[in-house]
Amino acid sequence: MSSTTRPEKLSTPSGQPGSPLISSRPRYGEKVALALLWLCAAVSVVTTVGIIVVLFTEAIALFNIPGVSVVEFFTDTQWRPFTDPESDLFRLGVLPLLNSTMMITALALAVAVPLGLGTAIYLSEYARPRARKTIKPILELLAGVPTVVLGYFALTFMTPLLRRFLGDEFVPIFNATSAGIVVGILIVPTIASISEDAMSAVPRTLRDGGYGLGATRRHVALKIVFPAALSGITAAIILGFGRAVGETLIVTLAAGNLPPSDLPAVNPFQQVQTMTAYITQAVGGESPRGSVTFQSIFAIGALLFVITFAMNLVASRIVRRFREEY
Amino acid sequence: MAAASTPTSSPSRRGDDLRSSRGRNAKDRAVLTLLLLATAVSLIVLSVLAFDILGDGVGRLNIDFLTQYTSRFPDETGIRAGITGTLSLMVLTALMTFPIGVGAALYLEEFAARNRMTRLLETNINNLAGVPSVIYGLLGLSVFVYVLGFGRALIAGALTLTLLVMPVVIVAAREALRAVPQEIRSAGLALGATPLQVATRQTFPAAVPGIMTGLILSLSRAVGETAPILVAGAIFSRRADNEPWHPFEAYTAIPIQIYDFVKRPQSEFQIEVASAAIIVLMAILLLMNSAAIIIRNRYSRNI
Repeated sequence: MSSTTRPEKLSTPSGQPGSPLISSRPRYGEKVALALLWLCAAVSVVTTVGIIVVLFTEAIALFNIPGVSVVEFFTDTQWRPFTDPESDLFRLGVLPLLNSTMMITALALAVAVPLGLGTAIYLSEYARPRARKTIKPILELLAGVPTVVLGYFALTFMTPLLRRFLGDEFVPIFNATSAGIVVGILIVPTIASISEDAMSAVPRTLRDGGYGLGATRRHVALKIVFPAALSGITAAIILGFGRAVGETLIVTLAAGNLPPSDLPAVNPFQQVQTMTAYITQAVGGESPRGSVTFQSIFAIGALLFVITFAMNLVASRIVRRFREEY
Repeated sequence: MAAASTPTSSPSRRGDDLRSSRGRNAKDRAVLTLLLLATAVSLIVLSVLAFDILGDGVGRLNIDFLTQYTSRFPDETGIRAGITGTLSLMVLTALMTFPIGVGAALYLEEFAARNRMTRLLETNINNLAGVPSVIYGLLGLSVFVYVLGFGRALIAGALTLTLLVMPVVIVAAREALRAVPQEIRSAGLALGATPLQVATRQTFPAAVPGIMTGLILSLSRAVGETAPILVAGAIFSRRADNEPWHPFEAYTAIPIQIYDFVKRPQSEFQIEVASAAIIVLMAILLLMNSAAIIIRNRYSRNI
């Protein structure tokens, strides 16, 4: 689609055959140089293929270990990877981790969607240029804070705060709420900036039409611009969801390392263990290649990859299919 | 809210709302207040975070903290290994990212035909940018640590970070190349230069400041990353015999050390030492970002 709008490339790499400006002497050096540039671009494809091949071959190696089964992996409600696979205690079901991840993600979205959309509406419809120029870099700064720092913040600031207000006996040191809130703060800039782009792209004539009919700024913002930008806003939320699912350090540090044993786990003030938190816990143990612990992190990684990839795909589809044409 | 409506007004809520200016103003103000509050939360969190960390960490910041290796005792501990490790990682990552990222951007921006193959490459790069960073760690753990046999070495971490930041660098470098005026390319071609000569001797040099800005910003992202190198074999602490580190030695980095400190039970480590290390990390990130902004500003003045 972009090929029609972009100016034509000035020349193909080898030049047009028969063009008088190109010397008849073949330029092998140029061919080699271009092949090198092409190889650089191909590195990204190799990376994708590498990720897929690595995650799935190592995951398959997990299911080839005696005592481990694919069906149980997706259906069993207990996650006890550190027991001997031959013993009765051994259970390897991913549902407790998935449950934890979804709980954290839900909490994060509950925080990030109102804050992110509120920020986006304010920046796009209310803020004067000067205010926008001050607030946007601050949001970028927040987006640039390393997640390990936010993990520290969740554990040493947010958790004590929650414990003081709700009570120590009600809120354990490691809990999903504290991590969920901070993951939410982490994805506010993502949701805010993508939604703001979508709202800014709504044409001025629509707003003017609203004002002409006597609407206030609030009506224009909430009843005209917001619905018109809904596809971009949905995509922003889905991308935020993807980031929350893949977030690692905040949940590792603040949400704990205890997969819930009673499913479905819904109490947000309990210790949980997300998929990503399990990965960091398992690598910390220096387990040898071929062990259940080592191979299981790749199976978890594969699941994580599939979820986030699907989310990104859905987001880009929504943007493409439901984009309003003006 | 619709109290001011007259008997003749339409029964619809919206109609009332549009006519009664008092209820309308109150609602307008309420919505604006909510929006301002939502916006303010991010700013408040950022300032609370900054004060919290500065308050807890400044007391532990001194020359010894920067030059000592990690110790069991909070008063004697330092993050020298993290600093040298992070700097070594940064240099190695930059050395690998720059040529590959620029090569890919030059190819996609200057030479690639607009066909399905190119669109596939572009979609792929966009998708890679959305992959969680911990997954890159798994890739590095399997491929660099085990299959290629580097072990838990600095080069494995640097390669992992290279793959992680590559999509961002390519996108930034393409933008920089696109900003080079088309006239420069046309002039070069009109003088008989080949497309490759134009790209390497005219377009690329003109885009270098923009590319450097993008590279530094992506590296600052890599420097703060913990999950990928934690998974790809970084260790919590070590004493190095030679600095900067040999690429095939075990390594640590500041974010990894912060992670280690925060997980320790003693509050001196968990709060004070961790905060001090966070201040150092944030200072490095701010320095890198300022450098990027300075380069960008100089560049925009010159053109």
